[in-house]
Amino acid sequence: MSPTRIVRSILWVAVMFSAFGAASVLRAAEEAPANPTIPATTPGAAPKVDSGDNAWMLVSSALVLMMTGPGLALFYSGLVRKKNVLSVMMQCLFLMCLMTVIWALYGFGLSFGRDPRFMVVDKETKKESPAYQSWFGYIGDAKYYLFMDHVAPTWDESAQTSVMDNFRSPVDGAAMTVPTASFMLFQCMFFIITPALICGAFAERMKFSTMVVFMILWGTLIYCPLAHWVWGGGVLSYGSKYAKGIFSGGALDFAGGTVVHISSGVSALICALMLGKRLGYGKTAMPPHNLTYTAIGAAMLWVGWFGFNAGSAGNAGALASGAFMVTHFCAAAGGLTWAGLEWIFRGKPSVLGACSGLVAGLVCITPASGFVTPMYALAMGVAVACVCYTACTLVKAYFGYDDSLDAFGIHGVGGTLGALLTGVFATRVAGGVTLEGHTADKLGLIDGSTSVMWAQIVAVIITWILAAVGTFIILKILDAVMGLRVSREAEMEGLDVSQHDEEGYIFI
Amino acid sequence: MKKVEAIIRHFKLDDVKQALTERGISGMTVSEVRGFGRQKGHTEMYRGTEYEVDFVPKIKIEIVIPDSKLQMVLDTIMGAAQTGQVGDGKMFVYDLTDAIRIRTGESGADAI
Repeated sequence: MSPTRIVRSILWVAVMFSAFGAASVLRAAEEAPANPTIPATTPGAAPKVDSGDNAWMLVSSALVLMMTGPGLALFYSGLVRKKNVLSVMMQCLFLMCLMTVIWALYGFGLSFGRDPRFMVVDKETKKESPAYQSWFGYIGDAKYYLFMDHVAPTWDESAQTSVMDNFRSPVDGAAMTVPTASFMLFQCMFFIITPALICGAFAERMKFSTMVVFMILWGTLIYCPLAHWVWGGGVLSYGSKYAKGIFSGGALDFAGGTVVHISSGVSALICALMLGKRLGYGKTAMPPHNLTYTAIGAAMLWVGWFGFNAGSAGNAGALASGAFMVTHFCAAAGGLTWAGLEWIFRGKPSVLGACSGLVAGLVCITPASGFVTPMYALAMGVAVACVCYTACTLVKAYFGYDDSLDAFGIHGVGGTLGALLTGVFATRVAGGVTLEGHTADKLGLIDGSTSVMWAQIVAVIITWILAAVGTFIILKILDAVMGLRVSREAEMEGLDVSQHDEEGYIFI
Repeated sequence: MKKVEAIIRHFKLDDVKQALTERGISGMTVSEVRGFGRQKGHTEMYRGTEYEVDFVPKIKIEIVIPDSKLQMVLDTIMGAAQTGQVGDGKMFVYDLTDAIRIRTGESGADAI
């Protein structure tokens, strides 16, 4: 190892853990309470765990993890050339490890840290007081869950009982029937797959080291705030006290149309634009090297998505069944429509077309899955396949950007359409809005209300701006500090050998 | 001795192998190859992007035979591999200096 390489390695590690260090300082600044406090919105009502709900949340968490690896890893790696197959798989697998560690250290707190509406009860004095300082709905109170504090059930020696802190819906404060650990794990899997989706845009050319730092910063600075705004009771949460004025009462996002798909898709577009095209893009053939992987990956994404959407119900009740159903229907309609369009316009339906269509359908239904009825889900599948088909073929060709694996064309465009269609088709009949005082709300345009539509538009615009500007700034800095792309030689040789000293296929 | 290299269609391999073994040819080497001649390639389409695939997959059979069997082998392959369409392939005939069986050290016609 040359001295410059050693220095660079140290720098990377320093950057990787700078955020971790900052969080530690925050924690040190907090005065340790004299007595452990048990938070309770309604004192005396001990939160109960429902074993059925908890079983479903644990299974859902595993399903969502399966979406990244092997689902997305296979889906993406089949689409690249064979000299880059491992690099894409490595990005997915590495992010499973990296994002989990960030989530465990401070990510969950930044996203879902309690807001000051929650009261804590002091054990000795039985006095209630708002325990956490205000963060104005823009960022979670990272201190509360820092280093998995208050997440795992702990044994209380004096009371001879297990103290369990159920996660409470930040929107209405109702206790969920699963332990906080289950909710934390479920959300952790979202934190993994969202950056992994971006990998599709810079595949075959980004430096692995830069990608690692980019994802740490992206997860911390873009995902965590956004998750807090939308799901953590922040400014974009439906019914949240912060979602006033321009935020129009907050947007509906059942399972991550804005947080996951728009944020990753738009960031993917910025990545594709800033990294530039792959060498020889448009001149040399870059066909997918193994569409069988892609087909397997797409099928695994479909299955995993049931955890993603139906799991977002937070329990194993009727809402989960409804979300499961519309998810399935929308994916089916999407795959059918995309393949059908190819059949009409190109003469033959293709495997990649069917895969792309079903994933586009899944993306589109994600924000809407708890809020729409089955027939509208079919309509959304048809609509998103038409729009994403156009984005991936005509629009991409017209503007000439190299979004290698269409992360923007499917997740950015499909997510945006899904968020907007949620404003059209959302209905209280579907049962997704269970907030106290809100269950009788009219929701989408078909329900006869325009307020949700406005909130959806605002949320889409804000998410686009945050993702685009944030990604742009992070990439600008990393470009100056580390460089974004591998060298020309390394790119021609393939990232498997140049970045990892490995080859995907060795038959002799 | 001669060496015959025959480039044929994938789905003709079994026919050719059967016809040759029936006529007493006891060994051959097969490999998957890509190339183009008059058939040229075809077009593939991935998410709206068209690619010209110039190199068409074919099967290459290599057979080593005594001079006396050359015409019979060429006729047999012709008969078995022909469809009459462009893309049936080609045969190349080489003069061969020697052949040696590694196990015994036999050489020439004995080694085939």
